[in-house]
Amino acid sequence: MAAALRVAAAGARLSVLASGLRAAVRSLCSQATSVNERIENKRRTALLGGGQRRIDAQHKRGKLTARERISLLLDPGSFVESDMFVEHRCADFGMAADKNKFPGDSVVTGRGRINGRLVYVFSQDFTVFGGSLSGAHAQKICKIMDQAITVGAPVIGLNDSGGARIQEGVESLAGYADIFLRNVTASGVIPQISLIMGPCAGGAVYSPALTDFTFMVKDTSYLFITGPDVVKSVTNEDVTQEELGGAKTHTTMSGVAHRAFENDVDALCNLRDFFNYLPLSSQDPAPIRECHDPSDRLVPELDTIVPLESTKAYNMVDIIHSVVDEREFFEIMPNYAKNIIVGFARMNGRTVGIVGNQPKVASGCLDINSSVKGARFVRFCDAFNIPLITFVDVPGFLPGTAQEYGGIIRHGAKLLYAFAEATVPKVTVITRKAYGGAYDVMSSKHLCGDTNYAWPTAEIAVMGAKGAVEIIFKGHENVEAAQAEYIEKFANPFPAAVRGFVDDIIQPSSTRARICCDLDVLASKKVQRPWRKHANIPL
Amino acid sequence: RQCLMVSRNLGSVGYDPNEKTFDKILIANRGEIACRVIRTCKKMGIKTVAIHSDVDASSVHVKMADEAVCVGPAPTSKSYLNMDAIMEAIKKTRAQAVHPGYGFLSENKEFARCLAAEDVVFIGPDTHAIQAMGDKIESKLLAKKAEVNTIPGFDGVVKDAEEAVRIAREIGYPVMIKASAGGGGKGMRIAWDDEETRDGFRLSSQEAASSFGDDRLLIEKFIDNPRHIEIQVLGDKHGNALWLNERECSIQRRNQKVVEEAPSIFLDAETRRAMGEQAVALARAVKYSSAGTVEFLVDSKKNFYFLEMNTRLQVRVDSGIQPGSDISIYYDPMISKLITYGSDRTEALKRMADALDNYVIRGVTHNIALLREVIINSRFVKGDISTKFLSDVYPDGFKGHMLTKSEKNQLLAIASSLFVAFQLRAQHFQENSRMPVIKPDIANWELSVKLHDKVHTVVASNNGSMFSVEVDGSKLNVTSTWNLASPLLSVSVDGTQRTVQCLSREAGGNMSIQFLGTVYKVNILTRLAAELNKFMLEKVTEDTSSVLRSPMPGVVVAVSVKPGDAVAEGQEICVIEAMKMQNSMTAGKTGTVKSVHCQAGDTVGEGDLLVELE
Repeated sequence: MAAALRVAAAGARLSVLASGLRAAVRSLCSQATSVNERIENKRRTALLGGGQRRIDAQHKRGKLTARERISLLLDPGSFVESDMFVEHRCADFGMAADKNKFPGDSVVTGRGRINGRLVYVFSQDFTVFGGSLSGAHAQKICKIMDQAITVGAPVIGLNDSGGARIQEGVESLAGYADIFLRNVTASGVIPQISLIMGPCAGGAVYSPALTDFTFMVKDTSYLFITGPDVVKSVTNEDVTQEELGGAKTHTTMSGVAHRAFENDVDALCNLRDFFNYLPLSSQDPAPIRECHDPSDRLVPELDTIVPLESTKAYNMVDIIHSVVDEREFFEIMPNYAKNIIVGFARMNGRTVGIVGNQPKVASGCLDINSSVKGARFVRFCDAFNIPLITFVDVPGFLPGTAQEYGGIIRHGAKLLYAFAEATVPKVTVITRKAYGGAYDVMSSKHLCGDTNYAWPTAEIAVMGAKGAVEIIFKGHENVEAAQAEYIEKFANPFPAAVRGFVDDIIQPSSTRARICCDLDVLASKKVQRPWRKHANIPL
Repeated sequence: RQCLMVSRNLGSVGYDPNEKTFDKILIANRGEIACRVIRTCKKMGIKTVAIHSDVDASSVHVKMADEAVCVGPAPTSKSYLNMDAIMEAIKKTRAQAVHPGYGFLSENKEFARCLAAEDVVFIGPDTHAIQAMGDKIESKLLAKKAEVNTIPGFDGVVKDAEEAVRIAREIGYPVMIKASAGGGGKGMRIAWDDEETRDGFRLSSQEAASSFGDDRLLIEKFIDNPRHIEIQVLGDKHGNALWLNERECSIQRRNQKVVEEAPSIFLDAETRRAMGEQAVALARAVKYSSAGTVEFLVDSKKNFYFLEMNTRLQVRVDSGIQPGSDISIYYDPMISKLITYGSDRTEALKRMADALDNYVIRGVTHNIALLREVIINSRFVKGDISTKFLSDVYPDGFKGHMLTKSEKNQLLAIASSLFVAFQLRAQHFQENSRMPVIKPDIANWELSVKLHDKVHTVVASNNGSMFSVEVDGSKLNVTSTWNLASPLLSVSVDGTQRTVQCLSREAGGNMSIQFLGTVYKVNILTRLAAELNKFMLEKVTEDTSSVLRSPMPGVVVAVSVKPGDAVAEGQEICVIEAMKMQNSMTAGKTGTVKSVHCQAGDTVGEGDLLVELE
């Protein structure tokens, strides 16, 4: 009997338990539905950024939205977004109101692929608070940068931001600094690229400035420390946004930006093209892409490209185009310090960095701007295992007070330093003049050039015949004969070749074949440097 | 300029290897003409001396010759026409004979006399024939005497522009003004009224003075709509002369031959014989003892008129340039001549079209597009041509091949396939194990292709070397090796063989493709990029009517305005001499001259700013 009761009681308890479970499951289910809805709602809202009205305004300015930009930059379907639910944490000035909260805040971050290769991306969303940088915004960027560094893949930033989130005060400034720190940590570890696609002002400019490459979009992007209004109030200068910090200013005068593109679509297409030249990190070798151009292709036009008169100019870009794979050359800073040419190309499929003096501009001399331009490029290539090919036709350093007062000594030293420091394969071709200190600087044998060639037209000397004779035979009468003797002795490749300062005098038409062959051999080059904390380039 | 020639039958003249020849000759010419002479000399075991101007120092003819002598700076009057320097070169090199080629000193009697005085043989017609034929006025008088048909006109030297107008009125418009010493279209102009006569007189005499050092002009009736047909003659020292078949040279641009054809499909046997006989009569009259060409104008009724006699013969596919050669603004800008043969005209023309598609020319502008268009033009194919052919068929200038609908689809399909081939290749990396490449899986490439401002929808899918392409709904199959480095790409579109050239390609989607001889600019974007591209703003372009830029590299001959001058639209601003032609640069709008950036004597490059208007 008692046992029967116990059983009945137990049954009752069980039934109670069962009904409780059912209720619990029911409540759980309804909770789940609402969470799912909330997730969906948040995602939908996030995809719309600052809302349709702001998107339309963005389009009207000829600019794409943050997400449209990502969709063009990355392979279709490859974008994996992170932090879509992150919101800003500011409660002041009415910022806590629902209408002032946007899932994802003012930046879209994540990873994806460009032509199949991994890349981390952040794209600032101008439709949300003008793309201004909140603490949360900065945190999202830092998160993907941290992962990019640990994984070893490049970071691309698409900048379109009005500046700091003023409502957040110092939190926003802290956010900038957090990003700067990561830019510096990542420097030389993974390639970092900035594409300025709208305003970028104040403290914000220093993130692009710390990255390896800064590209701009013509007519719609600006970079400056302070805008025209502040300039007017402080220095009383009248200047437009475009004049102060537009693409033309930074690609031709300041040297802040490395290249400018026509519009968003053109810029993003070009960025995909550019990305293919880069290794993913400093642990990776220079990428090798499929190549249809025969590595032993002879280039007959090079045999006559250097004019007979040594005062006559020619276009070094023509030489570069005809030597590299398929005439493809991605020039960096094509409109700044045009007396030196730098850029990326491929030799037998492998990415190479090209440096060349440009006889067409200022006779190809080295000056402050061209030295700094060259040095920065050489250091990038060295950091990321990209072999360097240097075409030399340099009459020397540019003389004059402007250059001396501007510090040509310490700036010229940068290029010298960069070439000397570089441990990547270095192949040098002297096409014509290699005079004075500039000869030493331009990846000479003495700075551990691996293979140094001279064309038969090469003249390697301390200076041109006229200047040299004026010094050696000062006061003498028969200057012309002396000049002829100097030319006979030094205006040819032999003095350097007999000393082993050039490895060979080559037929210009064979240049491509020789370089391709050398690069194959040099691929396994290894150089050990003595331990140091870091080097001290003369900044 | 290319000169090309369609031919059905052409013999070659052999030589007897035992015949006594010279040990060494000097070739007083340049370019492909000199190359040809040097090549023949090499075959005959004769040593050669080339002459050259300083800018030609590394040109092909200099490299080919056994010796070379620089005879002066770039302008022809100071080098290739510099008799003193050339005589000096002959003495220095001990050349026994001089081959003048044609042009330059080949028809200069003074030069022939100098050579005779030094006992150097002049390879070519003797001084009498040169004297007679080298001068248009004399040659016309001689032709009349030999009862050769001549064009009605004024047989004397014209003193000034007003006399030119008076004579022109007497003969009746239209008239042809030409340099007495000239040839090859230089210093030659047609005038339809008094005003044009004055202009023509001024420009022609300037050109004549700079090209031939002789500014004498003559005026004659201009035969409207004529054909230009020439007869080749051979004469020897014993008074024998015979004529060979004719060549039709009617397709001309600025009186320079563009296409030649033999035989002419216009001449009947009777006219051919009559022309041949008159040509021989003329050769006999001047005791011609060499190979030469007698040029006739033939009107639509097969009346023919003697034009001029050239003391030379032409044959062969020639090129005086190789990669790296300079095509200087100082000399004749011919790049190459192309000759094709066939068992019939259709075959010769088909071969020529194929050959033209296979020319790879970079770095200079050329006329392949025009040449290819001429030989497929229905009027040309029918043989309905005259020297006015080009201006009749292309009254507003030649604008390139007009694509038929199916040709356009072919072009779009080829361009799209190329685009996808480049995109696919961009994903082909040599794998490194640290980080795998994960290629996007795109079965159908949806593209938007812009050609001539019209957007076409294209879907392309790739299967090995074959692309299935749908262009605006029509399906095409495109097959090729897709060698993306080769300058020429042989493509099969639905079985039709095409040779295309991808001349340039930008990451932003712009591509220029040479197809059927003409270069087409297309812009290819993925559908997504094209949709987003709609938001991109139009860029403001420079107002070109207020700036005058040099259309080509050349030398400024004269500047007729200064800052502050009022100019009318169409008014001459300056004259640029390029490719040996004087080009009058005119104002693009009525206004005031703001600044002048050039002066007479300046060398200017293509696109250089010359003059700005307010």
